[in-house]
Amino acid sequence: MATVVPPPSKRQRRDELERSQVQQDVTAVAAADLGSFKARFVDGDGNQMTDVVEIPLADATEKNVSLLLNTLLGRDREDHTPYRFRIHVSTTSKDSSTPTTTILDFYPTNPSALLPLLASHGITSPFETTLTLAAEPQSIFRVQAVSRLAHRIPGHGQPILCASFSPNSPSRLATGSGDNTARIWDPDTGTPFRTLAGHTGWVLGVSWAPDGSRLATCSMDKTVRVWDPETGKLAPGGEFKGHNKWVLGLAWEPYHLWRDGTPRLASASKDGSVRIWVVNTGRTEHVLGGHKGSVSCVRWGAGGDKGTGLIYTASHDKTVKVWDAVQGTLVCTLSAHAHWVNHLALSTDHVLRTGYFEYGKEIPDSEEGKRALARERFEKAARMQGKVVERLASASDDFSMYLWDPMNEGTKPVARMLGHQKQVNHVTFSPDGTLIASASWDNHTKLWNARDGKFINTLRGHVAPVYQCAFSADSRLLVSASKDTTLKCWNVRTGKLANDLPGHEDEVYAVDWSPDGKMVGSGGKDKAVRLWRN
Amino acid sequence: MPQNEYIERSIKQHGRRLDHEERTRKKAAREGHKASENAQNLRGLRAKLYAKKRHHEKIQLRKTIKAHEERNVKGAAAEKEPANPIPSYLLDRANPTNAKALSTQIKNKRAEKAAKFAVPLPKVRGIAEEEMFKVVKTGKKTAKKAWKRVVTKPTFVGPDFTRRAPKFERFIRPMGLRYKKAHITHPTLNVTVQLPILGVKKNPQQPLYTQLGVLTKGTIIEVNVSDLGIVTAGGKVAWGRYAQITNSPEMDGCVNGVLLV
Repeated sequence: MATVVPPPSKRQRRDELERSQVQQDVTAVAAADLGSFKARFVDGDGNQMTDVVEIPLADATEKNVSLLLNTLLGRDREDHTPYRFRIHVSTTSKDSSTPTTTILDFYPTNPSALLPLLASHGITSPFETTLTLAAEPQSIFRVQAVSRLAHRIPGHGQPILCASFSPNSPSRLATGSGDNTARIWDPDTGTPFRTLAGHTGWVLGVSWAPDGSRLATCSMDKTVRVWDPETGKLAPGGEFKGHNKWVLGLAWEPYHLWRDGTPRLASASKDGSVRIWVVNTGRTEHVLGGHKGSVSCVRWGAGGDKGTGLIYTASHDKTVKVWDAVQGTLVCTLSAHAHWVNHLALSTDHVLRTGYFEYGKEIPDSEEGKRALARERFEKAARMQGKVVERLASASDDFSMYLWDPMNEGTKPVARMLGHQKQVNHVTFSPDGTLIASASWDNHTKLWNARDGKFINTLRGHVAPVYQCAFSADSRLLVSASKDTTLKCWNVRTGKLANDLPGHEDEVYAVDWSPDGKMVGSGGKDKAVRLWRN
Repeated sequence: MPQNEYIERSIKQHGRRLDHEERTRKKAAREGHKASENAQNLRGLRAKLYAKKRHHEKIQLRKTIKAHEERNVKGAAAEKEPANPIPSYLLDRANPTNAKALSTQIKNKRAEKAAKFAVPLPKVRGIAEEEMFKVVKTGKKTAKKAWKRVVTKPTFVGPDFTRRAPKFERFIRPMGLRYKKAHITHPTLNVTVQLPILGVKKNPQQPLYTQLGVLTKGTIIEVNVSDLGIVTAGGKVAWGRYAQITNSPEMDGCVNGVLLV
């Protein structure tokens, strides 16, 4: 027997562990003498973060650069934030003296690809110029792509029309169905939790209050009902009557805007009106009439002049209207679409939906603390160039989408997003507000840059209209539900299919990704709720 | 064949005969009597044709009356609700369920074991070899033996088929009777699409006919359905699907079939 080498000492093991944790991306592939480049790091608003540093090109993977930036900012290992970088390339063309800046959205995965990429944008020797890298903080947690069917829960007697996860964690899933009930499910055990019976028409929409204490449902029977999700009983005085036709959509007031302890709820109806209800009393505070067609979607944003809230409504009369949430007056009408407006999305949808629930943060005990945290989260998500910007994306039957900024730009759209070849059914912002995903009848899902509305990628794979899509909480994954009976999980960064999720026996009408990222819930024509995990 | 519109021209030039209005009025007035007489007295084929024509006229008549009645109703009609629950974004859309690829009903039916092998045409007429094949006598020396056969029915011949050397060619499938496409009806969608044939899965008459790719009534063929966007239970796009021939291609000159779902 040969002599056995003694096992590494504890110190050696620790060093080894540290090395493997920190420097995972050292690739021997890149040649050592590639040279280096100078990098200036700027944050989202264009402010310089650190001094200009020189980075060897061979080691310049995104992970390493992110690590370097964290070190330069003097953060501890525990506080490290992963960053994503966009490269700003400023080029001076011959005819104009002012340099134009193009922004490369994606940092190459392989450091050896960086040099050709820069060369293709006119920088032959990056060693002489200083590259500007815009650092975007990523979420510190990572959602894993769902890959398997965890639970199939039968219960509904008719197709499931809508699904929504509660904002708190561990979250509950609520679904509304054509059998006139809404049901709440416990996703961890895969069991039915509560049945909310009372509607006399199909339940078309379910919506959780941002503190998770109440659940609102709207129905074909022209009523809105508010339930206590814990007991499954109708909240006292929780049936709101007033609409003349089907109620199609709901939106809760953002948590930090709740006045005197009572939330307000907006409901959109086919009769062309939007009603704002005071939930505790069931009183109609305002009736927003003005649309000449069915109101297809309503969103409640926390923007406005004093941050008192704006209500956005999309209608089949081709317009999007913006209302003041306090006074109930029309602020402006956005009319650029040439056909029905199907869906709206706000850049702050995710933070408004989740209220004061944030990963890795304690829930404050006091009401004021909760409100302050919710406000802080909103302002952090909406801050852009030092001011609060709440962007709105509208999807329409005219095959196009518009990006709006009603608070700052007025009725002028920021960008028009063209590319879909059929009606666009659903549009959604990523939780970090950098991407827009749109689902269309042309079987494709498309990704757009939320900053300027530029087209990024097409996610091809579905063979039938895509009905809905939902981002994971870390904005790295997208799940789309389609008529072709499948869900598909996409890697947003690469635009590739992460997981194909067959299992539904019929069209999938509704999909939602839980705010804690653990699972995806879906429902459709085959009447059973399905929960997907990684 | 009339050359040009000479009647209209004459009317324009000379006008109608003076009693034209009266004659048309009288003719119209007598129409009921005429119809009654025809209905009572026509016999045979003419009666049959007349009855059919009259039947269609009456259907149109009733439809028109109904449309008028609906128009005359005062007030708003009751809100029409779709039959099956659909989400809010599909409401008001032009019947998207019509183009539904796989219905639950059919899937339930397939779940039953017995229905798994059920086909729309369970029984076929037997075709004798004498009817199927014609004897060909070729060659000088072997003419007496008459060992070659011509298939007298339509066939499907794969794209990569080449005829064998004359000596080894036992069956001839005439070019004029070869088919590459079939008109396939989707039973739930009620649409008919022309689809390329991929192969003959089974001819119920004889295994030999399956080998030869003979297309007769009741034959199971595989067709390329990639255009229809049908998805399997596993989420993959269905490419080839089986269909059964429902007409007699040798009589009709085309292949019609129904998709097996």
